[in-house]
Amino acid sequence: MEQIDYKFIDQVLADHACDASQIIAIMQDVQGKYRYLPKDALRYIADKVGISESKIYGVATFYENFSLDVKGKYVLKVCRGTACHVRKSGNVLQAIYDATGLSESKPTSDDGLFTIEIVSCLGACGLSPVVMVNDTVHPAMTPDKAVDLIEELREKEGA
Amino acid sequence: MRQRIESLEQFRALQADYMAARDAEKRKILVCCGTGCVAGGNLNVYHELKKRMDELGIPCEVSLTEHHADAIGLKKSGCHGFCEMGPLVRIEPEGWLYTKCQVSDVEEIIQKTILGGEFIERLGYKQNGELYERQEDIPFYKKQTRRVLEHCGHIDAESIEEYLSIGGYGALAKALFEMQPDEIVQAVSDSGLRGRGGAGFPTGKKWAQVAAHTEEPVKYIVCNGDEGDPGAFMDRSCMEGDPHKVIEGMIVAGVATGSTEGYIYVRAEYPMAVHRLTVAIEQAKELGLLGDNILGSGFSFHMHINRGAGAFVCGEGSAMTASIEGNRGMPRTKPPRSVDKGLYGKPTCLNNVETFANVPDIIKKGADWFKSVGTEGSSGTKAFALTGNVVNTGLIEVPMGTTMREVVYDIGGGIKNGKAFKAVQIGGPSGGCLTEAHMDLPMDFDSLKKAGAIIGSGGLVVMDEDTCMVSIAQFFMNFICNESCGKCTPCREGTTRMLDILTRITKGNGKPGDIEELRSLAKMIQNSSLCGLGKTAPNPVLSTLANFEDEYREHIFDKKCRTGSCRSLTTYVIDPAVCKGCTKCARNCPVGAITGELKKPHHIDTDKCIKCGTCKTGCPFGAIKEA
Repeated sequence: MEQIDYKFIDQVLADHACDASQIIAIMQDVQGKYRYLPKDALRYIADKVGISESKIYGVATFYENFSLDVKGKYVLKVCRGTACHVRKSGNVLQAIYDATGLSESKPTSDDGLFTIEIVSCLGACGLSPVVMVNDTVHPAMTPDKAVDLIEELREKEGA
Repeated sequence: MRQRIESLEQFRALQADYMAARDAEKRKILVCCGTGCVAGGNLNVYHELKKRMDELGIPCEVSLTEHHADAIGLKKSGCHGFCEMGPLVRIEPEGWLYTKCQVSDVEEIIQKTILGGEFIERLGYKQNGELYERQEDIPFYKKQTRRVLEHCGHIDAESIEEYLSIGGYGALAKALFEMQPDEIVQAVSDSGLRGRGGAGFPTGKKWAQVAAHTEEPVKYIVCNGDEGDPGAFMDRSCMEGDPHKVIEGMIVAGVATGSTEGYIYVRAEYPMAVHRLTVAIEQAKELGLLGDNILGSGFSFHMHINRGAGAFVCGEGSAMTASIEGNRGMPRTKPPRSVDKGLYGKPTCLNNVETFANVPDIIKKGADWFKSVGTEGSSGTKAFALTGNVVNTGLIEVPMGTTMREVVYDIGGGIKNGKAFKAVQIGGPSGGCLTEAHMDLPMDFDSLKKAGAIIGSGGLVVMDEDTCMVSIAQFFMNFICNESCGKCTPCREGTTRMLDILTRITKGNGKPGDIEELRSLAKMIQNSSLCGLGKTAPNPVLSTLANFEDEYREHIFDKKCRTGSCRSLTTYVIDPAVCKGCTKCARNCPVGAITGELKKPHHIDTDKCIKCGTCKTGCPFGAIKEA
């Protein structure tokens, strides 16, 4: 079970005036630190801003970006938008799945290094197909480049 | 910390100072720092330029506030639009454009161009053997009319001083001190500006409806930057490249409608846009162009940024306001419309990024200037994201009414790799496919609607002969299924049923009657969905059916995909006449489906083959084909 740093969450809540309408921004900040939304943190936030647990759960599960499960250190967003699709991003995705042993039903690796997400469009269509690793866009991907990218990240982590 | 501007006179004086400082910068290096070029490594190019110029003692300035004589301006600019050729560096005053720049090119740029005033041919753009030195002469740019994107790529996107130096916030000053709110609304109405987010609702009319709620002390301005359509990035470039223009447009809307709070809702996938807007808002606050008592006029306006959290449906107005309020982003039934009861139940003026970015020039230059380009019913320009199988991908802006042919061939440079043109998908998941028959159709709101497509937000995905239209329809339906919020049954269940059928067809299990069922489901979903997402969801299927029904029939009845995109319908065969027996394919095949002796034609066992295509991609002789 994740140890929650309540001081940190109090700070986040204070930054957003403990306002229930800021709930999405609050959860974004919390996820920014933990890479997912720990359940205890959600309960705590709901209590502090004065909304029910079911409400915060409803919001957290509505939006694609929020995760109730731990995400990998490197979140690879593979763009499957139209422009990437017509430039064969499906093959890039497959290569990444093959290289990591992950799949749509099991997106996060056991060593906590990778999470593979499929996204609809990263808005970098001029460079398609693209893969975004955390906040960095990798342009003009090919299956080979994708495999190299995974290797590079692994080496960086000494894995 | 910047000094707050207290009056119109101070504002004019400051603007004049920065204009003079900008004029005095004779030589300028503009390093494109849009998402595309940053991904290509242009930030490193920028830092190397700065480092080397400092080392060599070449006076260079990155900010107009530190202006000194003879300095060379070195700027991080917004997107130039020519993403295919990035990373880009523009050299002024000549207007030279260097393409595909790398850190290793920096020394030569400094020595030859900066010190020697010489053009480096190697880095110039070439098309059909011809070299283009000036950016404006390149065919990609020549046919464009850049208004919204005029300064995008030509000024430092993170500097309010640069924006002021090109007359920025002049429209706000004019709106505050020279115009009455109803005159502003009238000017926008007269310009004929229609919403650039897709539906094309007259902007002036919307503003008038919000302004008419004089009984309400609290009203809101909301800017829709939740550009979710796959294949669209105009708004992203606008927010990243010229953020102050969007902000200025929003404040002017605030003055016109009597609203004092503004929200920009930006997609979570656009971290750079969020960053640039945050910087821009902070700068505007410091200068007193945002906040209380702007320029001493008595008018106050406050701005907030909301980051989306990955829900396409939030691009719909009522879903967006629900999301800003901290709820699940689900649309609601209308009326009441958001102009009457929007954000927090108050009258809300909700426009798209590009719509707001059009406003400052309309105020400064007038409605007639705005109408001088475009068509009767659709005035002004439109920015498009040109992507897919086209030679020059990138961000473009053309007058409304420009034909698809001009865009694809004159600006886009035609189809990539010499393939044949098949279709253009316009308007994303709500739009449709246009074919060769539509190439000379003027692109404006009304003509496209008649052709069964929409301008949408402006994504143009060009498809070549290798694109399977059934799989494209399936692709969009899959997208809609994932993004349907689930509130209304026709959209939630109907799109799922359509996806089932389409998937079945692409897997080779299509049945007679599938086409008819698709059409009937489409009609039901269009007629009974709650919001625009559902109502337009069947469009990609209907338009591909209208233009490529034969392809659907081939999939269903002949179990054939002519493009080889649908793997279940493809068999790989080796042409024995071409195969040299090099054994490469047999070694590469992950399932051992290929056999054959050295120097003799090989054979694929179709029962074992998983149709991964590795053999075809790897064959040095092109002997492997899809049948």
